[in-house]
Amino acid sequence: MLNANNLPTSPRESVSSAMKRRLFLSRMSQGLGGLALANCLSPKLFADSKGVLPQLPYPQKAKRVIWLTMAGGPSQLETFDPKPKLAAMDGQPMPESMTKGQQLAQLQGQALKCFAPQHPFSKFGANGTEICSLFPHIGSVLDDICLIRSMTTEAINHDPAHMFMNTGSQIAGRPSMGAWVTYGLGNESENLPGFVVLTSLGKGGQNQPIAARQWSSGFLPTKFQGVQLRSKGDAVLYLNSPAGMRLEEQSSDIEAINRLNKQYALTVDDPEIATRIAQYEMAFKMQTSIPELMQIDRETPNTLELYGCQPGDGSFASNCLLARRLAERGVRFIQLYHKDWDHHGGVKEGIELKAKEIDRACMALVTDLKQRGMFEDTLIVWAGEFGRTPMSQGGSGRDHHNKAMSVWLAGAGIRGGMVYGSTDELGYAAVEDVANVHDLHATMLYLMGIEHSSFSVKFQGLDAKLTGVEGANVLQKILL
Amino acid sequence: MRSLRLKFSYPNCLISFSKRTTGVVAVSLLLLAFAGAAPLPVFAETLEYNRDIRPLLSDNCFSCHGPDANRREADLRLDRAEDAYRSTIVPGDPQSSELIKRIFSEDAEQKMPPPQSHKSLTLAQKKRIQQWIEQGAVYQKHWAYEPPKKSSVPADVHPVDFLVNKSLAEQNIAPAPVADRRILIRRLYFDLLGYPPSPEAVQSFVENDRPDAYSRLVDDLLNNPHYGERMAMGWLDVVRFADTIGYHSDNPRNIWPYRDYVIRSFNENKPFDRFTVEQIAGDLLPDANQETKVASAFNRLLLTTEEGGSQPKDYEQRMLTDRVRAIGTVWLGQTTGCAQCHDHKFDPITMRDFYSLGAFFADIQEPIIGAREPGMMVMSNKEKEELERLTLQLQQLQHDLDGPHPELDEEMRQWEASQLARLKQENTWTVVKPIKASSEKKNINLRTDEAGIVIAKVDAKRQTRSQSDGTDVYVIDLPATSETSTGLRLDALLEGSKGIGLASNGNFVLSEIIAERDNKTIEIEKATSTYEQSNFPASAAIDGISNRRDNGWAVLGGEKATQSLYLQWKQPLEPTSGPWRLKLVFGWGGEHAMARVKILSTSQSGPIESPQSTLASPTLAKALLVPHAERSPEQQKELVSAFKQSTDSLRPLRTKIAETQKAKSDLENSVPKCLVSVSSPSKRTVRILPRGNWMDETGEVVQPAFPSFLPQPPPSENGYTRLDLAKWLVSPENPLTARTVMNRLWKQLFGAGLSKVLDDLGAQGETPPNLALLDQLACEFIESGWDMKHMVRLIVTSETYRRTSNATQEQRDKDPENRHWSRQSAFRVDAELVRDTALSISGLLSGKIGGPSVKPYQPDGYWENLNFPVRRYQPDEGGDQHRRGLYTWWQRSFLHPSLLAFDAPTREECAADRNRSNIPQQALVLLNDPSYVEAARAFAIAAMQSEGKGLEDRLRWAWHKTLQRDPSNDELATLRQAYEDRLQAYQGREDEARSFTSLGQSPVPESIDRIELAAWSHVCRILLNLHETITRP
Repeated sequence: MLNANNLPTSPRESVSSAMKRRLFLSRMSQGLGGLALANCLSPKLFADSKGVLPQLPYPQKAKRVIWLTMAGGPSQLETFDPKPKLAAMDGQPMPESMTKGQQLAQLQGQALKCFAPQHPFSKFGANGTEICSLFPHIGSVLDDICLIRSMTTEAINHDPAHMFMNTGSQIAGRPSMGAWVTYGLGNESENLPGFVVLTSLGKGGQNQPIAARQWSSGFLPTKFQGVQLRSKGDAVLYLNSPAGMRLEEQSSDIEAINRLNKQYALTVDDPEIATRIAQYEMAFKMQTSIPELMQIDRETPNTLELYGCQPGDGSFASNCLLARRLAERGVRFIQLYHKDWDHHGGVKEGIELKAKEIDRACMALVTDLKQRGMFEDTLIVWAGEFGRTPMSQGGSGRDHHNKAMSVWLAGAGIRGGMVYGSTDELGYAAVEDVANVHDLHATMLYLMGIEHSSFSVKFQGLDAKLTGVEGANVLQKILL
Repeated sequence: MRSLRLKFSYPNCLISFSKRTTGVVAVSLLLLAFAGAAPLPVFAETLEYNRDIRPLLSDNCFSCHGPDANRREADLRLDRAEDAYRSTIVPGDPQSSELIKRIFSEDAEQKMPPPQSHKSLTLAQKKRIQQWIEQGAVYQKHWAYEPPKKSSVPADVHPVDFLVNKSLAEQNIAPAPVADRRILIRRLYFDLLGYPPSPEAVQSFVENDRPDAYSRLVDDLLNNPHYGERMAMGWLDVVRFADTIGYHSDNPRNIWPYRDYVIRSFNENKPFDRFTVEQIAGDLLPDANQETKVASAFNRLLLTTEEGGSQPKDYEQRMLTDRVRAIGTVWLGQTTGCAQCHDHKFDPITMRDFYSLGAFFADIQEPIIGAREPGMMVMSNKEKEELERLTLQLQQLQHDLDGPHPELDEEMRQWEASQLARLKQENTWTVVKPIKASSEKKNINLRTDEAGIVIAKVDAKRQTRSQSDGTDVYVIDLPATSETSTGLRLDALLEGSKGIGLASNGNFVLSEIIAERDNKTIEIEKATSTYEQSNFPASAAIDGISNRRDNGWAVLGGEKATQSLYLQWKQPLEPTSGPWRLKLVFGWGGEHAMARVKILSTSQSGPIESPQSTLASPTLAKALLVPHAERSPEQQKELVSAFKQSTDSLRPLRTKIAETQKAKSDLENSVPKCLVSVSSPSKRTVRILPRGNWMDETGEVVQPAFPSFLPQPPPSENGYTRLDLAKWLVSPENPLTARTVMNRLWKQLFGAGLSKVLDDLGAQGETPPNLALLDQLACEFIESGWDMKHMVRLIVTSETYRRTSNATQEQRDKDPENRHWSRQSAFRVDAELVRDTALSISGLLSGKIGGPSVKPYQPDGYWENLNFPVRRYQPDEGGDQHRRGLYTWWQRSFLHPSLLAFDAPTREECAADRNRSNIPQQALVLLNDPSYVEAARAFAIAAMQSEGKGLEDRLRWAWHKTLQRDPSNDELATLRQAYEDRLQAYQGREDEARSFTSLGQSPVPESIDRIELAAWSHVCRILLNLHETITRP
């Protein structure tokens, strides 16, 4: 049990400050100078190769996570959940037995009518699993994917639903999963943050606002918050030196700052100085490591062709390729947002457009990781924040829906080629192997070797957990 | 190395301690210390339930055997003596106590806490519980629910020092010596004002040999108007003050006057009880005024949503719980949020308590879903007087217009005749119903009703758009015509509108009207109108000039009647099969556009010209057709009124009314607005929501009530109100509020709270290691009349506050976390103060206090993830660019990244405490954020222009300006080296030097050598980046 008000940020940081200072001062006295010094003194900023969980109760099958967040709430009925019965009932009233007393968003107080799936489904993979024919590329790797058709969530509006999906709570202020995981397991990269976020815009014009709290570290130390990589301007905020200044000058300034900080450290009792010195070192490293990371034009034409992206286009496909580069460099938790799935109207055209934007890239990511031997220890998750109604909204769209959504997982420890759970014949509610967001979190943690029910931090008097107070189940059936 | 260390530790501290302190405690401590006595064995004395046992039981047992009845296992309760004695604890007899058997058991079935709970007791902890039972298992009420007790302190001893030294003596720890004067003044400046002192202020304090030099300094700082800003920061965190609504679109709301209120209250040293009452119930006070109503904005600080499809019941519950959590965090230091779904597991707060607290706020008028209202006008006395004057003037003018005008009787008869004649003509006009109407800039939303009238409404979010100048173009698509058209008429209708234009004075300016068919402009022969404002004739609407602001057809003086524009085509238009289009260009701005437009076409031959009078509305037409004698009084009244609105004789009066109306609305629009609490007689029903589920309406309805475990006020016949809640929070009987507030104040002044969990004084928080001290401060706070400056003064004048932050080895060993306050603590200053410090050293800092939030430089595209609407960040210009950090625009979903990097909370939830992290993003901000690059440049210019004689003098000047001390030779050498190296490096790179030294808005003297300036900017940048610079010592 750890207390949020007094958290060690890594086992090494729990070493008493006095010891650190002694270590610092004795190193100083040996006359080490220059920038290299800081490295010996304090933990490398991002590379606490171990987090606060020294012993993992389960084998760590997933070393890292790539989470493809489809913000807006993709329709399961035009992606992964075929419903011929719904097609047959197009235009007829939804059975009241299903919808009575249930939450509705924009359809409150309106007549509820069945709305047929707007695109045909086709069979893919060895088992002939049916998915929407707009996603042939995902279909081509379906044998590597486990499709969950019975996912449910608690929230029905975007903002709370994103918070719930990311933090396990609808109340702001909780850490997001990426923060939990890097806090628990640490980071393997020496010069990149452990939790990285990339966003891309869709062309449909319904881009969801996404608050920075979605990648917040909540009550965990700030260093575990997600760092956003941007496709325009500085890749990381304030990464680039001011105009007119060369890297040499930046380096010399940092050297002078650190030298003066070391001189000051001799006169006072402040262990934070050693950390401050290391952070300036790290900031400088980021000024070179991140531009190198962002250079996807260094990829082979074949790779660019596989993903279907152009360097610098800021597309979801580019972000998938960047996700692979981040994964290669040891980043623990990579979250991509593609933000244009809120199809209250025009779901037919909307999904067509989304399919063009993501289908090939998702396949490419799976394929690329496989050919580099990283698929086995990378967990890929594809999910929105909720599903959509089988009822029509305004004759061409679908409303928010929390009783059924489709998500998929692939890679580390996941049983490929399977379908888990199902919804009723109209796709309204999950009925078989019903899973919820807490279960998804518990399963992801399990694959990373973590027991969700004991991974907690004391916050406001409670043992706060990613998986909440209600308990959660690891979805054993989907695991290898 | 060792010697260096000795130099900065204080081997003489015990002796100096004895010199400074008198009294028994100091002597006994001295004796103990010299005797080398070991710390007392912890368990030799009587164990205390609150200190020693409750934390163990709370952590390990209460979640299943505590206050929460729904989760209680085996009907067993360990948090109350009577329950525990009945079942598992036999006082004085551990062997017979089931509890002891269970906690020592190795059998997985028997063992408590059970293995699946992932909780466990260490052997030492088990033994401690055993010993406590042996000693009689005496329970105590939780410390924070007992009234705070004042200790008896000798008259001539500072109470803080007395209680701290007493506890240090018990722990056998010697306190650190008092810090030197430079450290003290730096510490006081950071703690009480929020930025470093000037070198002159330090020198004058250091050289002041008056015995009361320190207390005079404290008084000066408490009277400095920036004190209120510094104190406001923590308060704004804990009440979650922000400029935006928080959820989803995270749109702006009007709230900043509340921040001014908080700053003013701290500066005026408003008693904290009054401060509390004004915020929770300022609208309900008998002496409610603008100030107390602005204070009541507190109730509106919560998160709200504008997301489509949100359900009112859902958000009603979210808002209620948000408010109850706030009361818990801000005043009670209780985690009330836990009781939303179940009785609290550790503290005696029940679900009933939770929802009953929520019921206090059920009277607040507010939209549950959707945009907030603009709020109350917040006016200066001068503005209030002006508004009153305009209102009176308007009443008088209106009275003049409405009164009898017998001199116009004859004119009225002629008007009636001409109106009748016009009515007869009217049937030659047919209404053309538009197919579609839209505006180009979307500043105005258009729709067409069933009668074919285009109805315009100003878009509520236009201010957030880039094209928000209030100009727009109506594009109206018209259907194919089946008849030849010789002319067109545009009626700007009054019916259903306040004026026929959308501008605040009811006017519009039609810059140009363009008719198009088959992508060709239809030529117009002439334009006439029923009324035109002087210098704005109808002909100006067809003169081909659409881009000159003051050129067009306008109607001021006739804006209270329907006015028509008559257009005669150059050539009659033959019937067509395709649609055609009208464009109405409104180029004046400020929404000077038509409110309701009807379009009519005619096929009459001959000139199409406006009659000299305005068009009668359908109701007026009806009245006109009734013979004079048979008209009802209402009909007659309407006719008179319509006549008055159109006759030239009253035109000057009407114009005066319109101008006064405009002056009044302009004033109303220009004054600040603030969301405030307004109490509604129809309160929302509040129920206990089973498991916190808002869809479950089976729970009992509750009325406002106070948590049952705390002292209750006398019953109230008509039920309790927010005012009762506010008064109860600051009643002397409430054991929590004063402790909670003093605990946070201690944190501001020492870096950690007396109880280190600032938002939880409950069972799961920390029992203060020096409870007597917290109690002392709480009692003193209440007895002083909740006098905040008194408490700040009391604490900062203690020796405890003035100690150095450097720990001795002994202090580190015995009290590594400094929980007994043997020393001060050095810590990095809060996010806003990092900014304030750099701006203040560089001389850029604006001293302006209060006003709307400001926008410092921010990376382009940082708001790209905001939507509904898309927003563009516009940094402020001029003085507002260099304001203190606390005035930064607080966008909850994307807080300014420089503040975020230094742990400023997003204020989505109440934040009693902040992280204090040390991450590389902080280095990137201080190095590269234009605000800091600019500050370094401004600082460099000041250094170059400083009076020093040579380079070294100037470097010393800059060093002093930053840190108010002499640099060591090594430090000076590092700085000089940096200067010389950069000067060398920029040789031949004038352009780069220029661009590096041109960042930001502050001016650079023409004459200055840019290469030298670049080198100096590097030096100053280094200084602003130092750890010492941003550390409160």
